[in-house]
Amino acid sequence: MEERVIEDLEFVEHSSDFSIDRRDFIKLAGSGIFLFFVLGDSALFAQERRRRSYPSDFNAYLKIGEDGRVTLYTGKIEMGQGVVTSLGQMLADELDVPLESVDMVMGDTELCPWDMGTFGSMSTRFFGPPLRNAGAEARLVLLELASDQLKVPVENLKTEDGNVIDKSDSHHRVTYAELAKGKKIARGPSGKATLKKPSEFKIMGKSFNRRDGHEKVTGQAKYSGDIKVPGMVYAKILRPPSHKSKLVDVDVSEAEKMEGVQIIHEGDFVAVLHKYPDVAEMALSKVRAKFETPPSDLDDKNIFDHLLKVAPEGSVVAHDGDIDTGEKESATVVEETYYDGYKAHAPMEPHTAVAQIDGKKVTVWASTQTPFPAKDEVAKELGVSADDVRVIPPFLGGGFGGKSRNLQISEAARLAKLSGKPVQVAWTRKEEFFLDSFRPAAVVKIKSGITDKGKLNLWDYREYFAGERGAEQFYTIPNHRTTVYPGGFMSGGEAHPFATGPWRAPANNTNTFARESQIDIMASKAGVDPVEFRLQHLSDEKMKRVIKAAAEKFGWKPMRTPSGRGFGIACGIDAGTTVAAMAEVEVNKTTGEVRVRRVVCAQDMGLAINPEGATIQMEGCITMGLGYALREDIRFKGSEILDVNFDTYEIPRFSWLPKIETIIIDNKEAPPQGGGEPAIVTMGGVIANAIFDATGARVFQMAMTPERVKEALKKT
Amino acid sequence: MEETVQFKLNGKQTKVSVDIDRKLLWVLRTDLEQTGTKYGCGEGICGACTVLVNGEALRSCQMTVKDIVGKEVTTIEGLVVDGKLHPLQKAFMDHDAFQCGYCTSGMIMNAYSFLKDHPQPSYADIIAGMDDNLCRCGAHKRIVEAVQSAAKEMKGGI
Repeated sequence: MEERVIEDLEFVEHSSDFSIDRRDFIKLAGSGIFLFFVLGDSALFAQERRRRSYPSDFNAYLKIGEDGRVTLYTGKIEMGQGVVTSLGQMLADELDVPLESVDMVMGDTELCPWDMGTFGSMSTRFFGPPLRNAGAEARLVLLELASDQLKVPVENLKTEDGNVIDKSDSHHRVTYAELAKGKKIARGPSGKATLKKPSEFKIMGKSFNRRDGHEKVTGQAKYSGDIKVPGMVYAKILRPPSHKSKLVDVDVSEAEKMEGVQIIHEGDFVAVLHKYPDVAEMALSKVRAKFETPPSDLDDKNIFDHLLKVAPEGSVVAHDGDIDTGEKESATVVEETYYDGYKAHAPMEPHTAVAQIDGKKVTVWASTQTPFPAKDEVAKELGVSADDVRVIPPFLGGGFGGKSRNLQISEAARLAKLSGKPVQVAWTRKEEFFLDSFRPAAVVKIKSGITDKGKLNLWDYREYFAGERGAEQFYTIPNHRTTVYPGGFMSGGEAHPFATGPWRAPANNTNTFARESQIDIMASKAGVDPVEFRLQHLSDEKMKRVIKAAAEKFGWKPMRTPSGRGFGIACGIDAGTTVAAMAEVEVNKTTGEVRVRRVVCAQDMGLAINPEGATIQMEGCITMGLGYALREDIRFKGSEILDVNFDTYEIPRFSWLPKIETIIIDNKEAPPQGGGEPAIVTMGGVIANAIFDATGARVFQMAMTPERVKEALKKT
Repeated sequence: MEETVQFKLNGKQTKVSVDIDRKLLWVLRTDLEQTGTKYGCGEGICGACTVLVNGEALRSCQMTVKDIVGKEVTTIEGLVVDGKLHPLQKAFMDHDAFQCGYCTSGMIMNAYSFLKDHPQPSYADIIAGMDDNLCRCGAHKRIVEAVQSAAKEMKGGI
């Protein structure tokens, strides 16, 4: 299962290109104690490494400075998910320093070692264990240094709050700062350090507020669009009306007349530059362009037929028993098709980049989840060596997968080269919608059966274009088969009229919606309460535990569905975390409007490094998930995208907010799992099932808009 | 048409020479380098660019410099007084009422104006008062809680 999670992240291969070696780095970073560590410790990471040729040397490090401050250099970035706090907690705890004394340098390709990117809920899972180990190793180095200085054997020393202390005389002590003074010690992992046991944790497993709070509430936090370098101009780029359009004629003469405007025109690429972004935009509006767009009948309604038609050969990724036998032995067989339309990432901050070329050196500030791949893209765009490119990611105004595509960075770099000036490219909201790599439209077909005793006996699952993550079911079903038709979120290619890509918990939102809806149908056919039905067909103790925890908090009383109460359940597994959600909805049968009153969500994520941070992520998942479940769908005609702002592409608002209750199962002994994505996978299924319970109407397509709910109601 | 105009920005008399038909958002962000106010949608839908004009929360992407001549404009940068955070800022921090933080300035400025008019808001008041400000990370629950606790702290004052 885990292996597939990784493989579904079909990101392009990138070789290691870390541009400075240890010696250079230490020169750069000054005096102190340095710990270099590799991420090859975990078995999961080893798989990753085989696939991506990770650097064999080291790929993260920490420094204990002469001021006693600890700096962690990591290629990961902070986009709101909170690793700026949780990674610091892990390091501080193992090293025995207060969290406040840990500084984070994140994603800067010159200061930080190579990293493939921040996505897949992997920062804590894969980066966490070696990070803790590095903290523990650094602590050993400090103990050895202190032993020399205090003339006390290591076993008689302890560490506390950035001090090494003689166990027999607490006044006999030395600070980490004093130990680091004038030193240039670099160590790799010795393998001798032992990690703290959960019972010894002082910082991990405790709740902390976000560490970037002050900057964010005062407006001081710098995002890419807030970066201004001397001589910088803002660029606005001419966009075609649709993705398949070709520029046939362009007249820039009116725009050129405007004072201070510089026009860049290279083939199909037309941009206007000005020292003010709004003036550049006005100038762009004066550019007269003629495009030719090849006709296409494709739209958001017939896309599903099209996808099924062009789907490649499928491959079976899981199976047991025999499908034909299962069907013969089933008393009731239900065959259904589920649909999910394109969804936009729509982060509040559109893609932005600033590029500056100074002699040979190229510096880019950009909103990106993948600064190191971006560096290679810039090098390729400009025809320079990647060693001459530095990418610095300031704060990221939301990513959700969408900012692993770095088109705006290439554009800024290209314009900086062509104009000879530093350039900022900040997409408008319309461009953000137009150039987004959407969560793909997808189809899931399921045939399932129960015996006359109400036992699941058949499960034939076929997934088209969503992606494999979450496709495999986890119920006890003697005859089951899961077939995946390649063309997931990163490899749909020409099948889609525009770009697609990973969207928070990629593939799993669509797969969990389909699976959990179908399971609910079978529970109803069996005449068994949907929670009870799930528990009857589960052997996974973790899953049973989260369902029971959610049911208890929710106050779930077993009942056959539809009961009229409007209660629903859905569960799933994502990024190693097991999650169950229950919801209460109200359906207006006249308008088809669905109002989610309450959501209870329980998850087992192993050790929760920062329970507060994990809770925030669950709440965020639940709230954001209301959008794709109830409203969000990109409408398009041909390859022209019709929803280009928040007036028609509605995202969740305060007035949608249900009462949200979250439970994190206490499982400190288990390694930490993903937190930023898992809970969102349940939102489609839990709402669909609650709508069914309220009305007896089954909605088979996300988003479950009022129109689609009304359609479903007609069929009851 | 370029003109030299005056207005009060965060308590200070400010003079700018600009085309007064330009949008306030961009003049604040570029000419005046107050980048706490964000661009989100450019059409007044999302609220990321919310600032106070004579105390009222307005969308700076929809206003021109002409609209604010002689008036008092407050941005997020103007809420800190003598290094002290405004109770709303503090409440947003205490409640972790943001994730990526990009909508935060607009949320706080909108809440500021809202609390001035609703010193003792109910939960429903807050939902209605904040509904036109968008957040993509899903921090809504905590934003409501932050506004509630700031209201208590402020006891009707600002």
